[in-house]
Amino acid sequence: MADTLVPLQRTHPLDARPSLTEATVGAVRVVDVSAQVQVRAAVPGPAADALAQVIGAPLPTRPGTWTPTPAGGRIVWLGPDEWLVVDPSAPSWDLEARLRAAAAPHGGAALDVSGQRVVLSLSGEHARDLLAAGCAVDTHPSVFRRGAAAQTLLGQAGVILLALSDDGTDYELFVRSSFARYLADWLADAATEHRTA
Amino acid sequence: MQMIKCPWCGPREEVEYHYGGQAHVAYPAEPAALSDEEWAHYLFFRDNTRGLFAERWVHTAGCRRWFNAVRDTVTYRFHATYRPDEPRPVTA
Ligand SMILES: [Zn+2]
Repeated sequence: MADTLVPLQRTHPLDARPSLTEATVGAVRVVDVSAQVQVRAAVPGPAADALAQVIGAPLPTRPGTWTPTPAGGRIVWLGPDEWLVVDPSAPSWDLEARLRAAAAPHGGAALDVSGQRVVLSLSGEHARDLLAAGCAVDTHPSVFRRGAAAQTLLGQAGVILLALSDDGTDYELFVRSSFARYLADWLADAATEHRTA
Repeated sequence: MQMIKCPWCGPREEVEYHYGGQAHVAYPAEPAALSDEEWAHYLFFRDNTRGLFAERWVHTAGCRRWFNAVRDTVTYRFHATYRPDEPRPVTA
């Protein structure tokens, strides 16, 4: 019947890679993130202020940084007028609606992009070794510590890389869903030397 | 691999970027007043400088922003990169 909507089963691009954590000697885990909303606003300006009000924290203006939110999420700098708001628990459509309602009257924008990227945690003693196998950004803790963010390439995949710790042992990787399986395979391959050691 | 300095992200490998042709090509003030030949010149005709050349580049794999660069077309060396709203810097 045309008026009967059957909810689609929500699937994850890495459902077919249940052994990813094992294959990377515990370094890589899939992170469940409830909402990812991309926001646009001029800073300084009323749209940015309105977005900050909803999030509960100002938008970071320094390139290559992320800041935590009171809800336990993150605001990632993506460009001089663009951010990714990540929330661990808010329904994505609700967060999008609240951010849009605040920003749109002032010329800002908000878009739910929760399905666009998969989030991976990369941690432990081998975290930096795995990154170094295919990422040209300097991840040494002296220049890339908690609060640092980089949009770059890991292997052949575009990623957003966040540093969560000051000692180079805790990172988060955002990768486009269609590249997630490639990156999972790539990470498992990069971990071979640590697996057999 | 050559590093190119994005005005926002800093130095990154060349593979993260794409080339976008000559910089500072002004959009015609009155496009409708142009003859077909003048329009074709605006669209398709570019300098073919030997030496320092101001060009557009985009940081495709990073912040996805367009910026300008002064590059030596003989040596491929980048002498400066700057934001689109900044004037062309003086380069040796
Ligand atoms: Zn950039």
